[in-house]
Amino acid sequence: MNNRRQTIRDFTAESNLFLRRCLFAVLLCLTLILVILHNLYSLQVEQFEDYQIRADGNRIKVIPVAPNRGIIYDRNGTIIAENRPVFNLEVSLEQVEDLDTLLDELQQLLELTPADIARFERNRKRQRRFHPVTLIANMDEDMMALFSAQQHRFDGVAVEASLARYYPYGSALTHVLGYVSKINARDLNLIASWGTQSNYAASKNIGKQGVERYYEERLHGKVGYAHLEVDSKGRTLRILEQTPPQPGEDLILNIDIELQLYVQSLLADKKGSVVVSDPSDGGILAMYSSPSYDPNLFVNGISQKDYSKLIENNDRPLLNRAVQGQYPPASLIKPHLALLGLESQKITNNTKIQDKGYYQLEDVEHVWRDWLKRGHGKVDVQRSIVVSCDTFFYELAYKLGIDTIHEYMAQFGFGEHTNIDLLEESDGNLPSRGWKRAKFNQPWYIGDTISVGIGQGYWTATPVQLIDSINTIINYGVKNRPKLLKASMLDDLVIAEPLNTAEPIRVLQKKNWDIVQQAMFDTVNTPHGTAFKAFRNSSYASAGKTGTAQLFSVGQDEDVDDLIIADYLKDNAMYLGYAPAKDPKLSVIVALENAGGGGSNAAPISRSVMDYWLGETR
Amino acid sequence: MPVSKTAMQQSDNFLARLHIDGWLLAGLFVLMTIGLFTIYSASGQDMALIQRQVIRLAIGLVAMFVLAQVPVSFYRNISPFVYGIGIVLLLSVLIIGVTGKGAQRWLDLGVFRFQPSEILKLFVPMTVAWYISKDGMPPSFKHLMVAFLIVCIPTLLIARQPDLGTALLIASSGIFALFLAGMSWRIIALFALLIGSFAPIMWLFLMKAYQKQRVTTFLNPESDPLGAGYHIIQSKIAIGSGGMTGKGWLQGSQSQLEFLPERHTDFIFAVFSEEFGFLGVIGLLLVYGFIVGRGLIIASRCQFLFSKLLAGSITLTFFVYVFVNMGMVSGLLPVVGVPLPLVSYGGTSMVTLMSGFGLLMAISTQKRVMSR
Repeated sequence: MNNRRQTIRDFTAESNLFLRRCLFAVLLCLTLILVILHNLYSLQVEQFEDYQIRADGNRIKVIPVAPNRGIIYDRNGTIIAENRPVFNLEVSLEQVEDLDTLLDELQQLLELTPADIARFERNRKRQRRFHPVTLIANMDEDMMALFSAQQHRFDGVAVEASLARYYPYGSALTHVLGYVSKINARDLNLIASWGTQSNYAASKNIGKQGVERYYEERLHGKVGYAHLEVDSKGRTLRILEQTPPQPGEDLILNIDIELQLYVQSLLADKKGSVVVSDPSDGGILAMYSSPSYDPNLFVNGISQKDYSKLIENNDRPLLNRAVQGQYPPASLIKPHLALLGLESQKITNNTKIQDKGYYQLEDVEHVWRDWLKRGHGKVDVQRSIVVSCDTFFYELAYKLGIDTIHEYMAQFGFGEHTNIDLLEESDGNLPSRGWKRAKFNQPWYIGDTISVGIGQGYWTATPVQLIDSINTIINYGVKNRPKLLKASMLDDLVIAEPLNTAEPIRVLQKKNWDIVQQAMFDTVNTPHGTAFKAFRNSSYASAGKTGTAQLFSVGQDEDVDDLIIADYLKDNAMYLGYAPAKDPKLSVIVALENAGGGGSNAAPISRSVMDYWLGETR
Repeated sequence: MPVSKTAMQQSDNFLARLHIDGWLLAGLFVLMTIGLFTIYSASGQDMALIQRQVIRLAIGLVAMFVLAQVPVSFYRNISPFVYGIGIVLLLSVLIIGVTGKGAQRWLDLGVFRFQPSEILKLFVPMTVAWYISKDGMPPSFKHLMVAFLIVCIPTLLIARQPDLGTALLIASSGIFALFLAGMSWRIIALFALLIGSFAPIMWLFLMKAYQKQRVTTFLNPESDPLGAGYHIIQSKIAIGSGGMTGKGWLQGSQSQLEFLPERHTDFIFAVFSEEFGFLGVIGLLLVYGFIVGRGLIIASRCQFLFSKLLAGSITLTFFVYVFVNMGMVSGLLPVVGVPLPLVSYGGTSMVTLMSGFGLLMAISTQKRVMSR
């Protein structure tokens, strides 16, 4: 029926209206399609690069890869600091279903302590997502065997290998090499001040002491990057691209490890330091400060207990006495003062004095005693060095005056860094009028000058300064100052390191230097020399000077021999020498704290070192 | 005029006997193929998923084929009754329906879950077409009001489930029928105005929190890049990074590395755009445009008003699917749950769509009452 009604209606009009509406709908659809296309054109063509970058930003994660730290060798190529693979037990938290149960089971299996668990919990809070958390650092072989056998039980727990610094000679080289340890907040500031934060993005450790600290930037190397493809959950799918890290420079030190170990054995149970250098270039052949400690303790984080032990030790093992010990140089500087007297023509080689056992200024009651109560009799400058006459030098100092002494001794490097390649170095103190005024707000007295004449009073020096000064005397004023680094190595190419040089001391009369050297030769090689006994029958002729620094002021009327002096106030025993006397191959300083006389305590150690190095006991 | 019968005409005749429109079927097959390839890529090459989708497509094709065999007059005659049944089902969903994903959409029939809103996608345009065709076009004001009521009742019921996407599609299917029937422009303008003023009321009283969030996210996705804005930002990154020629099939990092959410369902267009680029999108739009064009040709060629209106409405609603999906995925429209027809993975709406094409094919092969 409807059909008929439709046909009755104006079929054509209806059809036309429908067609118009259809056409309009088509237009509408086309418009909307154009809107869509316009939007997609804007996204896919106009903003393509923006979105491509954002897509890559989603997909690509750039992670820094730590460079391998440079290896350190001794002068003969023996490795003295290396990177050893260590095995850590790491937990990927995202793969662990029940952490508490897992920890319980691991605790039973590996006998973990509550401290281990506590450390793990601490690390866990700090760790970023999808980065495994270390449960046990540096697993030993037993532990690895135990775990490997049971590994299937522990999903998400794995043994990961990484490299850790290792010092094979332990405490023998602590004060030379220092150590690396975890980067802390202060180190971060330091790194920021270098402007190399990105270079440390993947590094865990940084040099804290010694050569490791001084040459940090060269040893560290350059960070590398891995471009990883990750999915939306942050899981790594593959490595897209790698910029491998550049390993740090390998360093070759002047140190001879055999000599160093020998020196260590000589100083066992003693408190003090020995520095051995090559006078021809200032290279440090050995440097040992006793007592020492094992630097490996610090690499993986030292325990509170071990650290307290080091801090609370009265013998202060953390102190590098060779560069930080500041001692009165005592008689060791008599050759330097004699040289100054001769060069400044205040004395000649023939100037003689009568030593009655003390020195006294006109109209002054105070008496400066000679160490030999009865005095040395008639002495000239050479004899005064050989027998270590104090009176001669009291008078010389008086004649020179503090200003001249300060000016000349400063040229020898006293009171300042030697610029040895260690940042821990102390300055010592070379006193002057200005210094005393600034420090105590007091004028300089004549008496102060006279004490300086025998290297006492306000004068302090470090062992490394003293060995530097003897090298200068050996070399007639030319200064090749102490240096640990001999060369560096990059891709098997050895590059010699520039020497640690400084402005030479002007030689007025070479003869004066010969006089002083001869006196030091006689100190060892003539029967009344203070070091004669120590070097008797040696197969080579050496030269040197003994020193005994008083740490305790003896009253004007007291007799030292009558006093019972506490250990820590006992004299420091020192010896500064070189061998062979002609064309020396080594110079040695021995500085022993509270050991007594230098001739009897320090000189024999120096002799052992020289014997060793010159081949007698090698 | 005797014309030598070509192979094409022979197959035309063959398809016509089966009540199948060859052009339309070809377009649908192209879409389905594109869909299968894109799902394969989007799902991380999940062959099991492809098998399930193929089964669904087969069910859809069967539904289409079966519905194409039924005379159009039958559809017209049952329209008011099925509409009534549909409304009853919708009401029962609201009362005893099964809740899923925060909305009540399903009726649990024991054997399978059934979503009454889906069938209304067809019943509403059928009923509107039936009602208008009784009295011819253009419709009088009174008829228009009744027709609006026919559209509004199910729309509001579905919007309350809430299922904004389906409500939108049903409303537009009814409105398209009225539009094609020649509803006067003044009334169209009036209703546009009404809807415009209704929007604030909807916002304040009718929309649920998650729907409001979708709108705010749409207006400024970067305001919450890891939360509500994440979908749309990742989707735009996928589309934009596809560039002119795309990253290549299976090469889209956004989809392969799972940065893109709802990859094989509602956001599959982003996967397609990322892997095939702007040129691929133009190709895809040509296929959709071809299907819409073919649908409108069928609508305008047929004789009967009911058929015209139904065919036009089904075709234009199909286009609304495409526009809304592409618009929401590319950030032009707020995110409503509308799949990309015949490309997105998913069952229910696909069967409805294919049923719609079944009706379209029934109409296309409807016998003409008058000879030329």
